[in-house]
Amino acid sequence: MVHYLKGSLALGAILLSSTAAIAQQRVVKYNADYDPAPLAAMEQIIADFEAANPDIDIQLNNFDHEGYKTAIRNFLTADAPDLANWYAGNRMAPFVTSGQFMDVSDVWEANGLKDSLGSALASMTIDGKQWGIPYTYYQWGIYFNKDAYAAAGVEVPGPEGVSWEQFVQNCEKFAAAGIDCITTGTKALWPGAGIFDYMNLRTNGYEFHMDLTAGKVAWTDDRVKATFAEWAKVQPYITKNHAAIDWQDAAALLVQGKAANYVMGNFAVAVFKEGGMTNDNLGFMGFPEITPGLARAEEAPTDTVHIPSGATNPDDAKKFLAYLATAEAQNKINAAMGQLPINKDSTVADDPFLQAGFKMLSTADGGIAQFFDRDAPAEMAKAGMEGFQEFMVKPENLDKILDRLEKVRARVY
Amino acid sequence: MSVSVWKANQRRLAPWLFLAPGLLMFAIYVIIPICQSMWISFFDWDGLGEKQWIGTANYVELVDDDAFYTSLKNNVIWLVLYMLSVPAGLMIAIFLNQTITGMRLYKSLFFFPFVISQVVVGLIFSWFYAPGFGLLYNLIELVTGTGVAVLADDRYVTYGIIAAGLWPQIAYVMILYLTGLNNVSPDQVEAARLDGAKGWKMLWHVVLPQLRPATFIAVVVTVIGALRSFDLVSVMTDGGPYGSSRVLSFYMYEQALSEYGYRMGYGAAIAVVLFAIMMVFISGFIWKMWRDETER
Repeated sequence: MVHYLKGSLALGAILLSSTAAIAQQRVVKYNADYDPAPLAAMEQIIADFEAANPDIDIQLNNFDHEGYKTAIRNFLTADAPDLANWYAGNRMAPFVTSGQFMDVSDVWEANGLKDSLGSALASMTIDGKQWGIPYTYYQWGIYFNKDAYAAAGVEVPGPEGVSWEQFVQNCEKFAAAGIDCITTGTKALWPGAGIFDYMNLRTNGYEFHMDLTAGKVAWTDDRVKATFAEWAKVQPYITKNHAAIDWQDAAALLVQGKAANYVMGNFAVAVFKEGGMTNDNLGFMGFPEITPGLARAEEAPTDTVHIPSGATNPDDAKKFLAYLATAEAQNKINAAMGQLPINKDSTVADDPFLQAGFKMLSTADGGIAQFFDRDAPAEMAKAGMEGFQEFMVKPENLDKILDRLEKVRARVY
Repeated sequence: MSVSVWKANQRRLAPWLFLAPGLLMFAIYVIIPICQSMWISFFDWDGLGEKQWIGTANYVELVDDDAFYTSLKNNVIWLVLYMLSVPAGLMIAIFLNQTITGMRLYKSLFFFPFVISQVVVGLIFSWFYAPGFGLLYNLIELVTGTGVAVLADDRYVTYGIIAAGLWPQIAYVMILYLTGLNNVSPDQVEAARLDGAKGWKMLWHVVLPQLRPATFIAVVVTVIGALRSFDLVSVMTDGGPYGSSRVLSFYMYEQALSEYGYRMGYGAAIAVVLFAIMMVFISGFIWKMWRDETER
């Protein structure tokens, strides 16, 4: 007995001496859905944070990106971590209204984030409180293949873009050359919503778009019809069969020069470049102005980190959120993700597309929309995106589509 | 005392004791969840917050839901066309029921599609149909000049998915009939042949009646396979384009569990309807089995 006791004491002493710090460490569990490159950056940020706070141990539990979207509902209610990734805008509303996310207004207040993260304040606020920390966002716009422009004999747009009339005329020329003017892949539905968002923002402006996604305007409103009337002008020039292909397949069409323009988010640049495009033949421009004189609004979805209400260690989780909000941490992760930091003191990576996007977003006087499926509630988003897909295949069904969406609106809000 | 109670009732108690583990499992994993689904279908619930009792409002909404009718219609198409796998499986089974060298190899090759996971079957057929590089797409383009993207066209998409589903289902039915054909009595076939029966007559009056048990099982698995078709829809189209290839099981998943689905009550209501439809068939099958057993 004595013998064993001695042994275990000795073992205990060894453990104590080697990991004295761990014995007092407080654990913060973090569930996330990073792709490999951002994952490495986030691990680096966690290491930096732990070096500055040796008494905190952050345990990152990384999920598959798509699986995460359904897994989060289970783990929030069953086995809540202390931190969880999610998205801004209405996308977080179900978790906020059901009390699954914790109010982190105090973190915003204590660290002056309303100033430094000011551009994302509105999209993080529900009921006057802030529910998470945004750490990255990216612009949407038109990515184009300069070689395809040359092949069709169309003048390559400059950084200021083209007018809407010019864009539609260009589409006719592309059609004559057998090139799809606009490509997209709506098998997963959401890429089509990007086109709708821009059509609506450019036709009716930011306020109207926000009212529409918030359910305050009828889908059968004449202004909505005006949006679709503009959309109908380019509808014949959108890649046929887009409903059967994924957004990556459509990216391949752009890379191969079979399509000229792609309304997409900046994350697609990595795919274009993997396909062999370079900064020389890949171009970027903002979406053309449609209604003259409207304040220019842009689309830039924001990714966020939240504290679930079931968190066991919210105090340390808040410390980490405060660190994630700093310019230093945001620089690091966004350099790895190829996206834009939110903190106003951070720097944008030296990349032509990020620089262009940053310039476009920082001068957008109309407002920044999140994305259709983040601005509208889940059910409306799903029905809407199906409607957009149907419109792009069968524009003659427009009235039927709008009636259906109006029915959904009446129920959802 | 207790010993005598046991002795007195042993014959009545013993079967229940043996049945108990099975009954318990069946209750926990089948009966109770079914009741729970029915219960949830009367609530408005996002799966996270408080449940709110709304009575039959979910069912009232179903009656007025176009997407529900699309799914229902597709389920009927599935049921009808899936039945093709029964005669097709029978034909292949009869064709393969010969004694030539290497027959085992051919049999296993024909059985192969059933061994592959449904997800892989879905992927293979998606490529087959894919615009641009798909074999079928290019074939149609070669013949008619314009390709047809089956999975992007609301007129063809359901048939395209069913064709993918038939591939492994025919193999399954074929293997059921092959085992059935082993039990066809050679005496009767011989006797029929002496009486001058040949071809269709032989098949219809002599072979098929003996294959009745195999036919019964084949119909049962095909009906159930058609009604629970989910994986192929999910893999090949995600219910698209614009929801035109949905079936009830997929619509239920979409409403309750998918990325944008937060309507547990509505999803449960769809599940109850699907359950009711299945119940019609299952009761029919059970009734038939019960009748066959009591007749004997």
